[in-house]
Amino acid sequence: MSIEAKEEFRPKIVAFCCNWCSYAGADLAGSSRLSYPADVKIIRVPCSCRVNPMFILRAFEKGADGVIMCGCHPGDCHYTTGNYYARRRMTLLFSMLDFIGVENGRTRVEWVSAAEGVKFSQTMNEFVEKIYSLGKNVRLEDLRCRN
Amino acid sequence: MQELIARAKELLADGTVARVLGWKAGDLPYNPEAAYFETAESLDEFVYNGFCGQNLSKMMIEASKLEGKTLVCLKPCDTYSFNQLIKEHRVDREKAYIIGVGCKGKLDVEKIRKMGIKGIQGISGAELTDDCEELHISTIYGDKTVAYKDAMLERCHVCKGKEHMIYDEIIGESKDTKDADRFAEVERIEKMKPEERFAFFQKELSKCIRCNACRNACPACSCRKCVFDSTKFDSAQKANVDSFEEKMFHIIRAFHVAGRCTDCGECSRVCPQGIPLHLFNRKFIKDIDTFYGEYQAGADAESKGPLTSFTFDDVEPGVVAERG
Repeated sequence: MSIEAKEEFRPKIVAFCCNWCSYAGADLAGSSRLSYPADVKIIRVPCSCRVNPMFILRAFEKGADGVIMCGCHPGDCHYTTGNYYARRRMTLLFSMLDFIGVENGRTRVEWVSAAEGVKFSQTMNEFVEKIYSLGKNVRLEDLRCRN
Repeated sequence: MQELIARAKELLADGTVARVLGWKAGDLPYNPEAAYFETAESLDEFVYNGFCGQNLSKMMIEASKLEGKTLVCLKPCDTYSFNQLIKEHRVDREKAYIIGVGCKGKLDVEKIRKMGIKGIQGISGAELTDDCEELHISTIYGDKTVAYKDAMLERCHVCKGKEHMIYDEIIGESKDTKDADRFAEVERIEKMKPEERFAFFQKELSKCIRCNACRNACPACSCRKCVFDSTKFDSAQKANVDSFEEKMFHIIRAFHVAGRCTDCGECSRVCPQGIPLHLFNRKFIKDIDTFYGEYQAGADAESKGPLTSFTFDDVEPGVVAERG
């Protein structure tokens, strides 16, 4: 009798979605009965620009295996220019994470509008699949936070 | 140096400045420390030599709050930081009388120690008036001579140039000591495999003792309240207990100065553990240069920084993954 049944890997994925586009897009995906994996946990933020680089690192610290940020398409930001700043910040942060050796597939930015329920579900399916192939995040985790 | 002291005395005497911010001799021949001088007599203790690497721009934040003007000695690379601080409204240009002091490269005592030279009693050949080609070191084991270049700080090998960006007057000659490519080391690491890069940084960052010296010395780290001092934050003011905290501290610290870092190299100079912290800053600078066009923070006091501006057709963050 095996004492420890080998646990199946279920990734934890955090999605930061902007209130005005992507969160509404997720809503549309739901009301259109499109499916996306339950591994994705959505955190609603007022704007993609609200996402501090620390949020991304914090998510990894707490055991996330992948972090995706969704916002309005460039040019469509509810606050006019928020996502342009967010785009620059995330480019630099992702490049730095890649530089210190974290797999670059674990982070992603996708622009999803409120009308793109299909894109939302497709993106999430793709991203989760990618994280499954990468496996558990061991390079950026806090051992004390492991459950 | 005598010229500098004479001029400082003159300015103190006619009331142009109320104090002088410079260096005085430390307890060892190679560690002069920053000091204020308020009287002509005290200026006799003034020291300026190859070991005066400290960037005094940051101290001007506090000096801007004092009454009267402060005479500050800035080396060419320090003037970039001063410009950047003006841009961020952290220093008052009117409260500063900037003497651009000459610089022929600054020295790193660790490099001298690594050559096996111990028990240093005195060092000559590092004065500004010397030609700075050779260093004569007297130790308890006898006299040694080393090439000035071999003992220079890493940052001086990638010198930004001998021009002062901002000054009221210039005293002393400067020399461009550049003899290496600024991004060579970053490029070398970029070419490694992700697991090698990870191992490299794990090894380097695990040396960190969270003394906060890098943050305290950095002229760009000038926030009134620092995120790393917040008690709500897990890793506030304490040693890292997990490899994650080391990475987070250094990534976030580098990110907070991204686009504002003038690459003055103070972080690496002050690190007691010898972590090459400038690599993080250089990586951001390199990325900014490739993605958003060349930008040198502190080259002027007006232009918008790369992270406080944007264009409609910036690269998408996906470029990182596509690059492989």
